Amino acid sequence: MKQSHAYTLYHPKWYRRRVSTWWWTQQWRSFKFILRELSSLAVIYFVALLLWLLWSLGQGEASYRNFLAWMESPLMIAFNVIAFLFVLYHSITWFNLAPKAMPVRVGGKRLPDWMIAAPNYAAWVVISVVIAWFILGGN
Amino acid sequence: MAKRSNEPFLWSLFSSGGMIAALMLPVLILLFGLAIPLEWIEAPSRESLLALVRHPLTRLVLFGLCSLPLFHGAHRFRFTLYDGLQIKHLNELIAVVCYGGAIVGTALAGYILWTLG
Amino acid sequence: MAKTITLEVARYRPEQEGEPAFENFDVPLNKDWVVLDALNYIKDKLDGSLSYRWSCRMGVCGSCGMMVNGEPKLTCATFLTAYDPGPIRVEPLRYFPIVRDLVVEITDFMSKLKAVKPWIVRDEEKPISEGEYLQTPRQLDNFKQFSMCINCLCCYAACPVVGLDQHFIGPAAIALAQRYNEDSRDQGKEERMDVLSQHDGIWGCTFNGECTRVCPKNVDPAGAIQQYKIKAVTDWYKSLLMPWGKK
Repeated sequence: MKQSHAYTLYHPKWYRRRVSTWWWTQQWRSFKFILRELSSLAVIYFVALLLWLLWSLGQGEASYRNFLAWMESPLMIAFNVIAFLFVLYHSITWFNLAPKAMPVRVGGKRLPDWMIAAPNYAAWVVISVVIAWFILGGN
Repeated sequence: MAKRSNEPFLWSLFSSGGMIAALMLPVLILLFGLAIPLEWIEAPSRESLLALVRHPLTRLVLFGLCSLPLFHGAHRFRFTLYDGLQIKHLNELIAVVCYGGAIVGTALAGYILWTLG
Repeated sequence: MAKTITLEVARYRPEQEGEPAFENFDVPLNKDWVVLDALNYIKDKLDGSLSYRWSCRMGVCGSCGMMVNGEPKLTCATFLTAYDPGPIRVEPLRYFPIVRDLVVEITDFMSKLKAVKPWIVRDEEKPISEGEYLQTPRQLDNFKQFSMCINCLCCYAACPVVGLDQHFIGPAAIALAQRYNEDSRDQGKEERMDVLSQHDGIWGCTFNGECTRVCPKNVDPAGAIQQYKIKAVTDWYKSLLMPWGKK
């Protein structure tokens, strides 16, 4: 018997493996999960943007124009494209998971997942159109 | 009865904020972040936007739209830090920074919306 | 000679090795063989010292859960041909301390399981003379899915939160708590909620859904946990608005 490491007969010596800090880079699935979680940053970023817009609206015409001009800078466009993709990813994963969290039973039978996800998507479309109509319809 | 944690409250903010963000943020970021700057559509005038956001109902919606997604983001990001970087030992600090940020953002949103005149 | 496939089996013999290492075995690639059959073949014909758990070999006992090519699987239900031409890497369930070869230490899970009281809790048993507790098919349907859990621990090996936080009570224990919560004969909801509404209970879960994806019995622990969260939230607001009420 090799004595290269501490082992006492009849005393168990369990082997524990530490989870790597970068465990989420090792599988595409876990990477997608971390991307989903990181959509939180895009959400925070966009709320900040929204607050900036509201603030500039209150400050006057020049301030609002300044906001619009800022948004046209390539850097902001790049940020916004990324943030948009993340927020979209958030929406899709959120609606797809909703049926798991809130199963609906009708007559004792659980409704299929799509019948709960579909109204979520429908509400998404309707709300998006209404918001866009309110913002652009004023013109 | 054992002491109940405040996690249910934080989670209710997280999930309601997540729902609002999922429903309302994509269209807003598409409009103001991409469609208007790239001149796919014309920017609404300040007067029309101002008239819209001055409506009490819009203000209420906007307040919810700013505040709850901030708590959603704070909560989720807190767990992302735990999971992605394994820094749960900084639990208190992270919680203070995340939720504190959301509270500050909420106060700011309230102030801006209140002073829109 | 018949076709063979290579199994890379993780070996850990604490009296020999400081850390697990792989050992290769060539086994016949029979089309009706599962990974467990291959392990039995190795133990019978090639190396009798290989250690692993198994019992029923029909997906009921839950002892033969292992990592097969990095995925938690019931080895009795995982066919060799699905991995042709191989090799097939067989490791002990992830995140558990390894006792020997493919055997993991599960005492920690057993104590977590016990903490959620996975049995029917009654305030008062009715006397036998009053007969059995009746249940309609619909009431059975409410929890039947969760009762399929066989404690194979594949969900623990799949869940990143289990790996990151050893205090997290874990998917199967929560799903089994839900199995009894949803049982019309049970009265133990409150006691279980006290355990599960703690930080290390349901709130550690980040809903990445891995547990549900790997579950060989389609139990959906991830769904159970989210439903539990919603229940905890409504309870929390109820006790806030009506502190005089019975929690």
